[in-house]
Amino acid sequence: MAQIGHNISLPERARRIRRHALRMGEVQGQGYIAQALGIADVLAVAYFHATTYRPDDPEWEGRDRFLLSIGHYAIALYAALIEAKIIPEDELETYGADDSRLPMSGMAAYTPGMEITGGSLGHGLGIAVGMSLALKRKGSRSFVYNLFSDGELDEGSTWEAAMSAGSYKLDNLIGIVDVNQMQADGPSLGVLNFEPLGPKFEAFGWYVQRIDGNDIDALVDAFDNARQHRHPQPRIIICDTKMAKGVPFLEARERNHFLRVEPQEWAEAIRIIDAGVTA
Amino acid sequence: MRRSKYERPAHLIGNAERPRLTTSAMIASIAGADQPTRPAPFGHALSALAEKDDRVVGLSADLAKYTDLHVFRAAHPDRFYQMGMAEQLLMMSAAGMAREGLQPWVTTYAVFASRRAYDFICLAIAEEMLDVKVVCALPGLTTGYGPSHQATEDIAMFRGMPNLTIIDPCDASEIEQAVPAIAAHEGPVYMRLLRGNVPLVLEEYGYRFELGKAKLLRDGRDTLIISSGLMTMRALEAAEELRKNGIDAGVLHVPTIKPLDEATILAECARQGRLVVVAENHTVIGGLGEAVAATLMRSAVRPAAFRQIGLPDAFLEAGALPTLHDMYGISTTKIVAQIKEWLDE
Repeated sequence: MAQIGHNISLPERARRIRRHALRMGEVQGQGYIAQALGIADVLAVAYFHATTYRPDDPEWEGRDRFLLSIGHYAIALYAALIEAKIIPEDELETYGADDSRLPMSGMAAYTPGMEITGGSLGHGLGIAVGMSLALKRKGSRSFVYNLFSDGELDEGSTWEAAMSAGSYKLDNLIGIVDVNQMQADGPSLGVLNFEPLGPKFEAFGWYVQRIDGNDIDALVDAFDNARQHRHPQPRIIICDTKMAKGVPFLEARERNHFLRVEPQEWAEAIRIIDAGVTA
Repeated sequence: MRRSKYERPAHLIGNAERPRLTTSAMIASIAGADQPTRPAPFGHALSALAEKDDRVVGLSADLAKYTDLHVFRAAHPDRFYQMGMAEQLLMMSAAGMAREGLQPWVTTYAVFASRRAYDFICLAIAEEMLDVKVVCALPGLTTGYGPSHQATEDIAMFRGMPNLTIIDPCDASEIEQAVPAIAAHEGPVYMRLLRGNVPLVLEEYGYRFELGKAKLLRDGRDTLIISSGLMTMRALEAAEELRKNGIDAGVLHVPTIKPLDEATILAECARQGRLVVVAENHTVIGGLGEAVAATLMRSAVRPAAFRQIGLPDAFLEAGALPTLHDMYGISTTKIVAQIKEWLDE
């Protein structure tokens, strides 16, 4: 399914996505970098295994729609869009700058490949429902992916959307929840307990898979299952991920919702990432 | 105005002869007894529009029957989407549909669209300039069900939302004309909806709806009533009543609240020696009255006097609609009385 870069492995794609994100973080000296590192494997599999798109035509009608509900994860999606060549790599240095197409929070009007504006949380899944219904009207075979976070499970609007997707049996809708166990005020389950999560979606009529979101083989299987599942129901992949995955000294920080990274630490983080898998 | 809940009204105690009691029906008609009306003008107009335009779909949040969308549902069942009693989803899913090239017409009550789903209209729809039409029944004081259903501040809220066009039509013919007009305008629109048997009043004035345009329906030397929505109907009735009292009242109908037709308003208000009264079915805070006042203050135009007729800055009582319209000063009788009083000052 991947359209470009035939000989580059998915772990290497993930490594490059982490590297792009760290370089953008270094430019600004800050960012939701722990989330970007945590979700990089999911994005690598999404953009280089599962979804269909044309880098030179981001609004191509036949594309799969990939919605970033969590606007503050923009740095992660920009990194994936750079790796997918939807955004030129030299634009990376403009991240968060005035007049940049890469603002700190993801907004559809600014960035090629950014399907929605997601900063106000709890919008993505409902918009995905509308897009899925509209694509069915049009007879399209495209999938709508919506990446949202465990924090967005606090938003009632997410559950309105989950219930309607089940009610409409939206088999062209694939939800991806990043369960990284960290919100603005602390550990997610301490903010509001959303478990047991799988059974909740199952009860709403969804086809549910729960996997280690940093295990690329598991992600490949889960995306394949989600696309090939035969029953008329929406699909969800619950991804348990590790904040700051791949950079141990950042993984170890207790409060990493919005990471403070010292200037010299960026280079060290990139060095650690570069020492990882290649080919 | 509300009495204590421990104080029982004397005239409702015991078995003595009671006056015929009025009721606080959810869906109260705003039509007068002998007024010509048309049923469900919005539902019919949207059905007609859908005949010509494949992009049109209708969405409801469990209120199709009460927003006249049932007419559309019957005519185009495959283009009707029931989103359940979930107004946030209603707006999000409309945004998703608009992103895919459809033109969603979203319906619910004005209270639920404004208070409950504001963020979703604002960010999912307006910020993206998506072609979604939000059409909402029970605007202002058009039900006696109390504050849970009375959208007395919807315009104040929505005026602050960038990109959003706001329409407050007066009668059945205007609703019928507004539907194709706002369909042709690419971008988000909020329209207040009069539903059920809707009065027909504007046809005799040779009126045609034009998006963004205020229209002088009746000229008058002594006072000018600037109004929108059902208050234009009341203003026309009041003007006729005032004429019998030797007062010459003009009526300027302003169905587009945003963007406001400032040029026409300023031109009319520049005429010397007239009392300007803004009449609206909305709280006097942040609606048409204050929009007109601000327009006047920003210009060199100063009318002889400026007054507002509208709902008070309060949660309103439950009750029968005619009673409440009298109580809050937006009935024809009360408009006439207030204008006479102001002209005597």
